[in-house]
Amino acid sequence: MAYTEDDLKKELETKEYEYGFYTDIESDTFPVGLNEDIVRAISKKKEEPEWMTEWRLEAFRAWEQMEEPEWANVTYEKPDFQNISYYSAPNKKPKYNSIDEVDPELLDTFKRLGISLDEQKKLAGVAVDIVMDSVSVATTFKETLAEKGIIFCSISEAIQEHPELVKKYIGAVVPQKDNFYAALNSAVFSDGSFCYIPKGVRCPMELSTYFRINQAGTGQFERTLVVADQGSYVSYLEGCTAPSRDENQLHAAVVELIALDDAEIKYSTVQNWYPGNAEGKGGVYNFVTKRGICENNAKISWTQVETGSAITWKYPSCILKGDNSVGEFYSIAVTNNFQQADTGTKMIHLGKNTKSTIISKGISAGKSQNSYRGLVQISSRATNARNFSQCDSLLMGNECGAHTFPYIETKNKTAQIEHEATTSKIGEDQIFYCNQRGIDTEKAIALIVNGFSKEVLNKLPMEFAVEAQKLLEISLEGSVG
Amino acid sequence: MELKDKLVSSFLAFENTVDVDTAVHDIRSQAIKTFEEKGFPTKKEEAWKYTSLNTVLKHDYSIFPKEENALDFKDIKKYFLHDLDTYKIVFIDGKYSSHLSETTHDKIDVCLMSSALTHEKYRLIIENYFNKVAPKDGLTSLNTAFSREGAYIYIPKNKLADKPIQIIHFSTGNEAAQMLQPRNLIVVGENSHVQIIERHQSLTDNPVLTNAVTEIFADKRAIVDYYKIQNDNQNASLIDNTYIEQHAQSVASVHTFAFGGNITRNNLNFYQKGEGIDSILNGITIIEGKQHVDHNTLVHHTEPNCESHQDYKGIFGEKATGVFNGKIIVNKEAQKTNAFQSNNNILLSDKATINSKPQLEIFADDVKCSHGCTIGQLDDNALFYMKSRGIGEKEARALLMYAFANNVLSSVKIPQLKSRINKLIATKLGVNIGFDL
Repeated sequence: MAYTEDDLKKELETKEYEYGFYTDIESDTFPVGLNEDIVRAISKKKEEPEWMTEWRLEAFRAWEQMEEPEWANVTYEKPDFQNISYYSAPNKKPKYNSIDEVDPELLDTFKRLGISLDEQKKLAGVAVDIVMDSVSVATTFKETLAEKGIIFCSISEAIQEHPELVKKYIGAVVPQKDNFYAALNSAVFSDGSFCYIPKGVRCPMELSTYFRINQAGTGQFERTLVVADQGSYVSYLEGCTAPSRDENQLHAAVVELIALDDAEIKYSTVQNWYPGNAEGKGGVYNFVTKRGICENNAKISWTQVETGSAITWKYPSCILKGDNSVGEFYSIAVTNNFQQADTGTKMIHLGKNTKSTIISKGISAGKSQNSYRGLVQISSRATNARNFSQCDSLLMGNECGAHTFPYIETKNKTAQIEHEATTSKIGEDQIFYCNQRGIDTEKAIALIVNGFSKEVLNKLPMEFAVEAQKLLEISLEGSVG
Repeated sequence: MELKDKLVSSFLAFENTVDVDTAVHDIRSQAIKTFEEKGFPTKKEEAWKYTSLNTVLKHDYSIFPKEENALDFKDIKKYFLHDLDTYKIVFIDGKYSSHLSETTHDKIDVCLMSSALTHEKYRLIIENYFNKVAPKDGLTSLNTAFSREGAYIYIPKNKLADKPIQIIHFSTGNEAAQMLQPRNLIVVGENSHVQIIERHQSLTDNPVLTNAVTEIFADKRAIVDYYKIQNDNQNASLIDNTYIEQHAQSVASVHTFAFGGNITRNNLNFYQKGEGIDSILNGITIIEGKQHVDHNTLVHHTEPNCESHQDYKGIFGEKATGVFNGKIIVNKEAQKTNAFQSNNNILLSDKATINSKPQLEIFADDVKCSHGCTIGQLDDNALFYMKSRGIGEKEARALLMYAFANNVLSSVKIPQLKSRINKLIATKLGVNIGFDL
């Protein structure tokens, strides 16, 4: 039987969040609530050294004094921080050497998520450090990396095995007291990834981590630390999906990037957490602090595709401390239904001849609100700083909103800054053109949105670009009548 | 005593000097309460992030103007556009100066707020328009509470103001420090047209703080051109609040020429209430020393098929600080809106600062909205080209800067005013070139 348009329509109407399922694995979960004892207990559970426990406590004490920020252009019911369990880990925790040893139920989950470990091993040359809830359970390609001297492991492992590196760099870019959510994360982070590229080494493969929120009512607080030593290069990928659930889930991650002299870090994210259902119920709260620091001649490039989460509050930033350093930010943020996103970047120019590029594409549909909020700051020492920013918004339907809040602060006469923003909709003539050539409206929109986002999609590593393109289509399905 | 407390406690004394038996009395009493509650804005407020009033508020200002201080016309002639026949409303230290002014009641009303507030003849207009578009923020409420004097301009339906109107506020420095709060009301009827030039001028180095509020109503198809010349001396600070309500197919333009003053803050707000409206906001800022100019604009599009155009150019030397905070809001009903905003800046010194925050808040899908912001320097190649052809460095730079600002100047509709501004720019840039070539 032929597949007609009606079938497609029906399928779209009934389409639920594809990755919304729940894996039943026994977890050992802490009681809800947060106090010093819980922080100590998390630290103890992870067998952390004394300095780490103290570091967490310091963050916790700072957090207690802080207030939740309200300046973002989003409205939501504030999470009750005393009603969250701050630690959960899959409780079968043997050390695996091969994939066969992994709990088959977990493996099944990964399959449904589309992560086939065997396939990835062979195909893409991607080392996957899978974080299921909070503890990493599978690591691949570690040996290949080890040969080059690259350290790629979970952060808890790094605390055990490379304390000197962790101690030196953790909190160096995002201090414990940086903001409310960073402080919370610093106090209770359960796990995350750590990556160190030694001097002059070019990481031979894309490093990748998949995060997943599991276990009802568990907030997830990852901590990622990437250190690229002098003259090294690394491309790091991060992608996420989460099970569909009604109660709001809190996610407050911290990512710190350190690019020493002549190093380059490319950090790509595809975020597709549960955005809530069509009535705006449920969905993940995503409050993330991401920041990188560039020493002389270093480069940090952030690329993000944000399609999920009910609330997104995320500003991947670059501190261009060294002379001739380069910061880049490429972003696509898609909001549909009742999603709200307030995202952007900060480029802080401190060194001479520093350059930054910001390309932000916002697509809003349904009843969603999409804001770009960015800062370009040129300090008085930063001679010959150069910035180019472009923020384009695409609106679909007249119940959504697109907002731009750029802040430009310049204290140096040699600075050259350009900022441009436009807002538009998909032209009827564009759709007509496609229709006329036998491309149905839904496909035409996907095509146009892809074209609109091309500049950013091109920046993604190959295997991510394909996935991201698909994601854009799925997120906007049914949004245009 | 803190300025705020002083103002609040002076309110009773103020009320004794004015007629309390009017509707405006209630508005004033309400406003002083609002001010008492909200006070002066601080840097903690998003809209005041880059501008601090602390240094300005620390002076012990006298709040009530003394009796009329006379000025000789020949001493102040240069502040007038004297080569142009205009109506004039002149205030000296906040008091109306009848011998310097030229008002009219012939078909149109160009007169004083104090008489409009008290005379029965104007009651309807005051009731319908006074304090209707001004929001209830701290500074505006403060002005409302002490509103007594200012310009009152009423152009009825189908009338053309036969000549431009100059509104000039002088402060003589007879007080050690003075606070002025002029309140202007401008109502322009259907199909009518008016051109207004406004200037604040301090004549000595004594500190002056002006907190002005101007309300403008442009009825259907009305045309309002408003020019603000802000070229005051180093100790004069100005907070200029202008609120404009526009009805269908009206065209309102405000040009702000900010060439000096201590701290200058322009709150310029356009509210569109109808279809086919055009709002134009243009500005040139050229400052140096420790001067600070803050342009805070809002254009609120609420109905379909409207346009707005904003173009602000800034040149900042020495330790000057410039702020541009522009906001465009497009409601979801306001389909087919065209809104443009552009802010271009040149920094001439490493001590100068520019903070720019162009914002768009858009809720409608079928719109064309864009904003652009640039910060850069003069083109070295262009400079070299001119120098190699015998134009001095200073003149070459001035020419380039003039060209940079020229876009805004070309929309000034009064030729005499344009050549006056050209002269001001030449003086500002320290060259002797007649730019009207």
